[in-house]
Amino acid sequence: MTVATETKQDVLEPLIYDLSVPGRTGVNLPDCDVPETPLPDDLLRDDLKLPEVGELQVVRHFLKLSQLNYSIDKGFYPLGSCTMKYNPKLNEDMARLPGFALQHPLSDEAGSQGALALMYQLQEWLAELSGFEAVSLAPAAGAQGEFSGILMIRNYHLDRGDSERTKILVPNSAHGTNPATVTMAGFDVIELPSDDKGNVDLEALRTVCKEKGPQIAGMMITVPSTLGLFEAHILDVIEIVHEAGGLMYMDGANMNALMGQVKPGELGFDVMHYNLHKTFSTPHGGGGPGSGPVGVGDKLKPFLPGPIVEITEEPTEDEEAPVYGFKMPEKSIGRMKAFHGNFGMHVRAYAYIRIYGGEGLREVSRHAVLNANYIRAQLLDTYKVPYPRYCGHEFVLEGRFPEAEGIHALDISKRLMDYGYHPPTNYFPLIVPEALLIEPTETETKDELDGFIDAMKQIAEEARNDPDLLHDAPHTAPVKRLDEVKAAKDLILCCAPALPSVGD
Amino acid sequence: MADLKYPEDLKYAESDEWIRIDGDEAVVGISDFAQDALNDIVYIELKEVGEVIEVGEPFGEVESVKAASELVLPVSGEIIEINSDLEDDPEVINADPYGAGWMVKIKITDDSNLAKLMDVEAYKAFNEDR
Repeated sequence: MTVATETKQDVLEPLIYDLSVPGRTGVNLPDCDVPETPLPDDLLRDDLKLPEVGELQVVRHFLKLSQLNYSIDKGFYPLGSCTMKYNPKLNEDMARLPGFALQHPLSDEAGSQGALALMYQLQEWLAELSGFEAVSLAPAAGAQGEFSGILMIRNYHLDRGDSERTKILVPNSAHGTNPATVTMAGFDVIELPSDDKGNVDLEALRTVCKEKGPQIAGMMITVPSTLGLFEAHILDVIEIVHEAGGLMYMDGANMNALMGQVKPGELGFDVMHYNLHKTFSTPHGGGGPGSGPVGVGDKLKPFLPGPIVEITEEPTEDEEAPVYGFKMPEKSIGRMKAFHGNFGMHVRAYAYIRIYGGEGLREVSRHAVLNANYIRAQLLDTYKVPYPRYCGHEFVLEGRFPEAEGIHALDISKRLMDYGYHPPTNYFPLIVPEALLIEPTETETKDELDGFIDAMKQIAEEARNDPDLLHDAPHTAPVKRLDEVKAAKDLILCCAPALPSVGD
Repeated sequence: MADLKYPEDLKYAESDEWIRIDGDEAVVGISDFAQDALNDIVYIELKEVGEVIEVGEPFGEVESVKAASELVLPVSGEIIEINSDLEDDPEVINADPYGAGWMVKIKITDDSNLAKLMDVEAYKAFNEDR
């Protein structure tokens, strides 16, 4: 997408369609040296407007666009709740190995043993990391993992002959996908308040379980929460919901704080999803694509989305490899996606886990938590931190100052761009006013963290002494302050000539 | 924050809706504090005339550049009129939350929650602590 602006002169880089000149080509094909077979007339069309540009123009166009972009490879990217961790280049090398990259999704099992072995091992490692019995790699992204998990909970209750359970509990600190998933799966959301320490309000939970117990299908909760806080009463929460007959779903978005520290399956969770594009360093943003495997305990194991990879033939001798094959679990909720999930992401996550190993992943989480707590502690005197506790891998602060009225979180974020940093997440979670959600991840050096801390402190000074510096920010970015109201109300994403719709 | 308006003749809910009672009818909107916290409002969706809504249930949804929020009815009632001008110009809610930015007019079906709503002093104090 290109940023639409008012006048031609303001356009940083035109759309590729605007560079098009009739007759210009990028590639010269040799004359055809085999007999030609004309395409059937009904498959030909002359209304498909493709840009006509030379190769060099294409290269320059996309290079310029990439230079306008900001990425983790370019600088610090503390976008809370997103875990924008560095994606090691070795992952990319592995995913491009021809045996993986050129594998056809319809290859038979005998011809895919290497890929199947990798998927099997990844299933096992993810299960081990989280204390679950079984894992399906099928879901294409976190939201689809959530959807799979809630469908499994639904089918579990229906399978027991219980169709009264139509409600799912969701804390008010939850990410918006949680209530959206619940609604999409046909359940009603019951929102739970948080207490003054940012935990689930246990009394409210007890009350709702007492009043509506037989209607409660389960609870979705993120640990650590989107406030970056470990749910201090998690064992109580799980026990109360289980006693009411509900199942526990853990949103694993924040697993980067937990690896090697605590296993959700052992805490009593029945199901969770992993975000390979967060915790396991596969690309995040720009379409990824994501990958959202689900792990389950014994209750939900038969309902896993499929197919999953199993050993179909144990080796007869020590040195021999087993034979792997696909299997649909007994009462599977079905396929979530064509073929076998986003396999390229499985390769990258496998490479990541393999390189770090168990102890290495434990260190990853320790450093992610340490880095977040370091920034939090350094900013405590400058910004209001609404929940003064040790945080997990991220923390939230308030982007406002009592003595600088008119300064909002958004102004601070825009000003951070002038200091060369990607802004943190704004206005989320919703229960914190002017929220700034900061997640440094484990891969940043102390120098980098100190630079960010200094920038945050300087911006706080500027907010008091020169507020317009913040209001007008960013000053150094390729595009200045965007008109967010216009962007939300006049949704015009592209200025290419409108294509006639089919049938016109 | 100091300039926010707090009309004396209204009752306020903790979820930041105001209600102006007129006999067995009432007009509902969101407070100046709420519109200020939401920032520029870009979209509003209201339920339809004739719908009967229980206290605490949503009568619509408002979306700003920051967030989407449910609009909750402070007392039970039937919607008898909606402010359809807001659909094209939701920014009116920012400019005039107690006047042209009103949202729905209801016929009260159960006013038992009225006693739990805040008067202007209580609502001001409530907002001081947020």
